[in-house]
Amino acid sequence: MVVGGGVAGVQAALDLTELGYYVYLVEKSAAVGGAMAQLDKTFPTNDCSL
Amino acid sequence: MRPRYIDADKCTACGLCTKYCPRHLVDQYNEGLAITRPIHIDYPQAVPATYFIDPEACLYLKHGVCQICVCTCQSKAIDFSQKPEEKELSVGAVIVAPGFGRIPDETLAKYSYGQHADVVTSLEFERLLCASGPFEGELKCLSDRRHPKRIAFIQCVGSRDLGCDNGYCSSVCCMYAIKEAMVAKEHDPSVDITIYYMDMRTQGKGFDAAQKKAQAMGIKFVRAKVADVMPWEKNLKLTFSTMDGSHGFEPYDMVVLSVGLDAPADARNLARIAGFELNNYDFCKTETFAPLLTTKPGVFVAGAFQGPKDIPESVTQSSAAAGLVSGLVMKDRGKALVHKSYPEEKKIEDEEVRIGVFVCHCGINIGSVVDVPSVEKYTDGMEGVVYHAQSLYSCSQDAQEVIKEKIREHKLNRIVVAACSPRTHEPLFQETLKDAGLNRCLFEMVNIRDHCSWVHANEPEAATRKSMDLVRMGIAKARHIQPLPEQTVPVTDKALVLGAGVAGLTAALTLAEQGFHTYVIEKEDKVGGHLQHLAYTLQGEKVSTVLSDLADKVKKNKKIEVFTNSELTAVSGFVGNFSSVVANRKGKSTSEMTIDHGVIIVATGGREHRPELVLGNQIKYSDAIVTQRELEQRLAGKGKVKAPKSVVMVQCAGSRGDDLNYCSKVCCSHAVKNALKIKELDPASQVVVLYRDMRTYGYAEDAYREAREKGVVFIPYSLDNKPVIKGSGKKMTVTFHDPILREEVSMNPELIALSVGIVPEGTEELSKLLKIPVNEDKFYLEAHVKLRPVELPVSGVYVCGLAHSPKPVDEIIVQAQAAAAKASIPLVKGCVSVEPTVSSVDKEECIGCGLCESLCPYQAIRIVKDENGKRKAETITASCKGCGICASHCPVFAISMGGFTDEQITAQITAFGETKEA
Repeated sequence: MVVGGGVAGVQAALDLTELGYYVYLVEKSAAVGGAMAQLDKTFPTNDCSL
Repeated sequence: MRPRYIDADKCTACGLCTKYCPRHLVDQYNEGLAITRPIHIDYPQAVPATYFIDPEACLYLKHGVCQICVCTCQSKAIDFSQKPEEKELSVGAVIVAPGFGRIPDETLAKYSYGQHADVVTSLEFERLLCASGPFEGELKCLSDRRHPKRIAFIQCVGSRDLGCDNGYCSSVCCMYAIKEAMVAKEHDPSVDITIYYMDMRTQGKGFDAAQKKAQAMGIKFVRAKVADVMPWEKNLKLTFSTMDGSHGFEPYDMVVLSVGLDAPADARNLARIAGFELNNYDFCKTETFAPLLTTKPGVFVAGAFQGPKDIPESVTQSSAAAGLVSGLVMKDRGKALVHKSYPEEKKIEDEEVRIGVFVCHCGINIGSVVDVPSVEKYTDGMEGVVYHAQSLYSCSQDAQEVIKEKIREHKLNRIVVAACSPRTHEPLFQETLKDAGLNRCLFEMVNIRDHCSWVHANEPEAATRKSMDLVRMGIAKARHIQPLPEQTVPVTDKALVLGAGVAGLTAALTLAEQGFHTYVIEKEDKVGGHLQHLAYTLQGEKVSTVLSDLADKVKKNKKIEVFTNSELTAVSGFVGNFSSVVANRKGKSTSEMTIDHGVIIVATGGREHRPELVLGNQIKYSDAIVTQRELEQRLAGKGKVKAPKSVVMVQCAGSRGDDLNYCSKVCCSHAVKNALKIKELDPASQVVVLYRDMRTYGYAEDAYREAREKGVVFIPYSLDNKPVIKGSGKKMTVTFHDPILREEVSMNPELIALSVGIVPEGTEELSKLLKIPVNEDKFYLEAHVKLRPVELPVSGVYVCGLAHSPKPVDEIIVQAQAAAAKASIPLVKGCVSVEPTVSSVDKEECIGCGLCESLCPYQAIRIVKDENGKRKAETITASCKGCGICASHCPVFAISMGGFTDEQITAQITAFGETKEA
């Protein structure tokens, strides 16, 4: 079980499925993404956050 | 589980419900700067792409009236009968990743936050800059909607501040402030931006370079403490004091508070439920050598909750935690897995070309410059085009559904999407094609964002014409694209780790604990690497005990074979099927052995840089002039150790442009660690640290504060006023400028300790052997800085430790665990799928000259003899990266690139010369 669906939680969940496990991802809000989804660009490459 | 009150299977995310919902609601996604409705979705790309109802704001759920949304929803997705549910799950392990919390408003109040609309937090400013933000990316003052001309950033708000009980450094604010300042400057080059800071902590890989770029753009950096921000007529007055004790004030239109990362609001609750402990700041309690273990076995931590950190480090920790969990619950691997299935691929060989074109607005990213409706209309009637449309965000979930539906409805067999970069979004659209039963190579992406709206932002008409040209060319190419086969190759489930320092040993252990046989090769005669030279950590742990424990665990693990005195001499093969030759020295003789393995982890480490010229001073290392590492060894020596009576430490000795171009990240903490040790041995010792920026990020800030409290003197120097070191042995003088006294000061210390940087070990040779790139500082260059921080561009090769960049030991351990976790993925799967875009050789045409074999940078093409004994080239599909060098050099045009055939490219170029009136 992964608690939190921000970039850390989502990455952990994705890696665990790739490693062959069934994962429960628990997120408080209505969508995953967490704080990263609120960012416009990312440092230092200015890639789109979404 | 709280209900959404919307059936996710039925909701198409069309947005009609939000339009008709009569009640207003403050939009939390936009930091309260915009208005939304109780029934809404935070942003179009949200996952899941299902709307939801805020029960606290909904008129029906609160007062039993309304239900307008129920009648507006065409797909009957609204379901008020949903009830909160409780589920009991039985799990083998838990990873807690709740992120971070907000700095309380009271802390921000002294800067007039909450009293003046134009004092905003950095996150609010982020939303103001964003195309999907409250002003659609137009930067405006919240007070009167004017464009700000002068903006100030205040650093360390809610960080490094015992006033709000946050003694730590949040480690990310310097970077995001630089980013936001640069983006604001791009929006309006005339805007005047000043960043007020204590230390610029851009210690990460490539971060100093970004700061330099910001300076070059005209963004000002002022080292000063901000006392307060007060309303001043229409503007804001910012009062600050500089290092030399003088005060000043400046007017600004807008003040951005670079707020730190607080512990999550519900940290204590979560800790109580899960049964683990928190540290004194309410973040998760962990140890230096086990950074991801909570105090409760089976519960792991990742991300900002482990301690404030940025995206790449969070992502690395997540992969690492996944690797550790994978070792713990190995017996359940493969159970209960659900595999995604695709419809059978449609045969299109005999069909006529039927192209569908989708032109994307990307919110305002494209739409504000390029006339998207005209570009879409322009495609009408082009040969092969049977359908065209535009979308606001073509990457959103609902847009994918539309594409699938149109493929079915119009029997499309080629898709052209004119939107952003294929680098980030091509896989998404290809997945959609697969879902619709089309081969994923029947897709062509035209980048009208980077190539048109971004670079020609000031010439909308020309950008629109160029978009039309590019779309026309994309369509011309699409007429010729063909399906390409998906291929998989089997994997040897063994790993090779290069280097047996703490990174290599940790990686090997993480692999072996997941059940994979691992070979470790080490150049030296014993394991341990750089860590052998360190005595203790900043937190006081004894390094030698931990290192011997680790070496012991590796030794006892039957799945790990360690070869010391060994070096890699040759590598052949490709992901899943590498074959390596290792030379093993025994006395004077050298023997060679060949190892077959599926993946490679590069953990070749680094070493101390010993510059001879430091800040313009010629250095002769002696007992009196040492590096921090040597000082540490002396202080940790056996028997009665005497601390030097007076020490001057010089930071950035040979780093940050002095000799090496980068910051080595660990030297500031190292200096503080040694300074504290000296003070512990002899509180009367005089310790002076000359620095440029003290980069004791994260919890190391506590040690920096402790050192100051214990009387260690920290004095900043600038590059136009460098410290001067003269003499040697007992007659040394260090002269430097003291900004508080405002004069030159000379000292005759007993010892000078240089904080020298770290250089990578042997990366140039290995990069040639493995065909992996290094950056300008000779560290390996990862596949993607943010999202794939431990993978290298060559498939099946991973990196960790000092070979990637300088970093402290806790970060090395995490990175090693992450590299091992990523490397385990192909080993677990037992096969790897190969990109279909590879080269192929027409054996009839090939003259066997071998030019392609000699040019291929990936060793992916070779010459073999055919049945008639004639030399012919052959592509090793799994190694091929699709770069096209072979095809472009073949003298008889016998090599063709899948997805980029001569026919396709020629059609594209021909279309460039053609015109079609808009």
